[in-house]
Amino acid sequence: MSDNAVEMRDLVKTFGGGRRLFGRKASEVHAVKGISLDLQRGETLGIVGESGSGKSTLARMLVGLEAPTSGTMQIDGKPWAELAATGSRAFGRTIQYVFQDPVASLNPRKTIGEILDVPLRLLCGYDAGKRASRKKDLVDAVQMPLDTLERFPHEFSGGQAQRIAIARALAAEARILVLDEPVSALDVSVQAQVLLLLQQLRDDLGLSYLFISHDLAVVESISDRVAVMYLGEVVEVGPAARLFAAPQHDYTRALIASAPRLTSPDMA
Amino acid sequence: MTDMTLSTPEPRKRRSNWQLLMANRLAAAGLFLFGFIVILAVLAPVLPLPNPDITDQPNRLLPPLADGHLLGTDHLGRDILSRLIWGTQVSLIVGVSATALAAIFGSLIGLVAGYARGATDSILMRFVDMLMAFPYILLAIAIVAALGPGLLNALYAIAIVNIPFFARNIRGVTVSIRNREFVDAARLSGKSHPAILFTEVLPNVLPVIVITMSTTVGWMILETAGLSFLGLGAQPPTSDLGSMLGQARAQLFTAPHASIIPGIMIFLLVMSINLLGDGIRDVLDPRLRSGALDRPMPVTKIARRTKPAATLEDAPALVVDNLSTGFDDGKAITPAVRDISFRLGKGECLGLIGESGSGKSVTALSLMGLVASPPGVITAGGVYVGGREVLCLREQELIGLRGGRVAYVFQDPLTTLHPLFRVGEQIAEAILVHESVGKSEAHRRAIELMDTVGIRDARSRASAYPHELSGGQRQRIGIAMALANDPDIIIADEPTTALDVTVQARILELLQNLRRERGLALLLITHDFGVVAQVCDRVAVMKNGEIVEQGETGAVLRDPQHDYTKRLIACVPELGEGQAFLDRVRPLFVEART
Repeated sequence: MSDNAVEMRDLVKTFGGGRRLFGRKASEVHAVKGISLDLQRGETLGIVGESGSGKSTLARMLVGLEAPTSGTMQIDGKPWAELAATGSRAFGRTIQYVFQDPVASLNPRKTIGEILDVPLRLLCGYDAGKRASRKKDLVDAVQMPLDTLERFPHEFSGGQAQRIAIARALAAEARILVLDEPVSALDVSVQAQVLLLLQQLRDDLGLSYLFISHDLAVVESISDRVAVMYLGEVVEVGPAARLFAAPQHDYTRALIASAPRLTSPDMA
Repeated sequence: MTDMTLSTPEPRKRRSNWQLLMANRLAAAGLFLFGFIVILAVLAPVLPLPNPDITDQPNRLLPPLADGHLLGTDHLGRDILSRLIWGTQVSLIVGVSATALAAIFGSLIGLVAGYARGATDSILMRFVDMLMAFPYILLAIAIVAALGPGLLNALYAIAIVNIPFFARNIRGVTVSIRNREFVDAARLSGKSHPAILFTEVLPNVLPVIVITMSTTVGWMILETAGLSFLGLGAQPPTSDLGSMLGQARAQLFTAPHASIIPGIMIFLLVMSINLLGDGIRDVLDPRLRSGALDRPMPVTKIARRTKPAATLEDAPALVVDNLSTGFDDGKAITPAVRDISFRLGKGECLGLIGESGSGKSVTALSLMGLVASPPGVITAGGVYVGGREVLCLREQELIGLRGGRVAYVFQDPLTTLHPLFRVGEQIAEAILVHESVGKSEAHRRAIELMDTVGIRDARSRASAYPHELSGGQRQRIGIAMALANDPDIIIADEPTTALDVTVQARILELLQNLRRERGLALLLITHDFGVVAQVCDRVAVMKNGEIVEQGETGAVLRDPQHDYTKRLIACVPELGEGQAFLDRVRPLFVEART
């Protein structure tokens, strides 16, 4: 058994293609073009890239929401295809996903208690008593008050909703979390709090994160290693400190140069 | 700080559905009329009515108000009042059950087709299309003809012909809900597809099903009456509104009351249901409820207690003086922006920064009276453009200033550009609104502007549609439109938030260059301290609708005075700082947690 939580080899995803009703070939979009990456256990791998670079497609493939066109993945030591064959529950127990828009990822017509109940019931198979106590633990773990469980998603701010979405991902007791732009929709002070929470949860529970963001500074603050994606390919991977201090690839340099900073070079 | 927490407005109370329905007078009238008819129909067995099926030939075709027959008798001497009430009961039962059947099967088809997509969707929807290809009532007649006449068969026929209506409506809604993230989230929580469809999607579709039902019941009752009128529905001696009308047709001239009375009843019934149905739709539809369809006034309502001076001596390009804007919810005005004051000189850039809900966008829109009214109200203060107070100007003058001397650039150009017009035309239009030049001249200037904002090959790009351009190019078009009439002031509301960092850098550079070359005053609204640091000369920090700190950008960033600013700046991660950032901000939140 390898040390890696996730292994991706030559992963390709092409949308479209195929034939239309009258034999015309539909246009193809190459979202991910042959990516090989490893996520080690207990590690946070940051993925940065601009819109259209294929980072979200990569994430959705990892959690089984999309099927790869070709290539293989090993998740927690199990081949992707095997997990896919057993159904969505096998996936949910191994790897979980946190969405960019926390409010949209919570069903507006369900209370938080009902939302958290589903993974505990279907993925963990707990009885009612155990579920109730687990829900309290989860809400506590993401630093929300206990009455959260009886309330509806629209009663929460973006930051609070993201905490709840993280609690749902934790409920499945998966050890690997894919975080797709988890703080992009949040204000800076809330963003810092959610980052702190994520860091603490990772250290307490021994989780592995795949952290996707377009914000270089945010990625740098939480990642051990960083992969830079550009037009469906990984152009550069390396330890966070090294990658931002001494970027190798032109595109990485352009990204770093474009990032707005508080202290302009001449001021500092 | 403490007085601010005290004056925080209470959460707005939403009116209940019932109150909203009653506020709509037509719907309330429909509800009472419909309720009255239903009660009559339900009470038919206990009301002191003669048997509706007993014929009495000597007393046939008695006029209304005849002895013992309040509404007269029909051609077989049966009591019309009694038949009317029993008939209403039959029509109501058939109409409502047909609606329920059509709703159940139609919604099921729509839900499955919209959720499954692909081949299932195609097959189901082509079946529905086939049903729709036949003229409506003809199909119903054909179905009844095949099944044989009778009330139950008429009910089936009407239910079947109405299935497409539900199926198509529900499919559309399902498709949009299916793509929402919470459906993916439910899948990752281990839910199976059927479970997602019925426990996650259905609750969100239910309001649409209810709306569709409420607006179709009346139509279904009308169709039932139509089939009965043709002799295909209720069979004698059962009375039903349509068959009463059909049987009385022969005596239309000798005894008009026998057909007019059931006719009026059908009218009242369908009318009341339609009024009620529209009312229910208005209450349940969230878009109508939020007032999105209310027509906003051309200029924000202005209710200032004291009028500021009409002109200001030697004022810079833009002066905002104690401006306050609020939202009127009918009972009280909730302030959104309070006592905002700032000055902006020619060629200067002021950054307005704050977190979501801090009132920065409301401030930007208030300057030109663009806050939607209702509910927006400007309650105090003045806005001086070139020393002249603009909020006291006549409507037409103020509208003339917009896009003229003061221009806006918005966050997402995809939503502000018209998707069906070529971008060149849209820039030309911005010129034509303010100047009387020829069309070709306007077009020439549009291309020039596109050149100015750095669009390569402007001549051919001018005939592109907005969706054919990238996000950065679209924002350049947005800026070109703002520049169209040589404005003095540009108000840019989060102009780069929707863009990638590399594109953002180029757009900011463009704004900087334009400001220097043309001496524009730039008001830049953003939530990003990095953008402020790069572009702005001065910065104003907003919190809860007030400016808490204002000063030179470098000074504010280096040495923030207000606690809120300090905290906000501390929370911005710096590139190159790495994991030290989290260690640095942790102490800021420790006290808040305990």
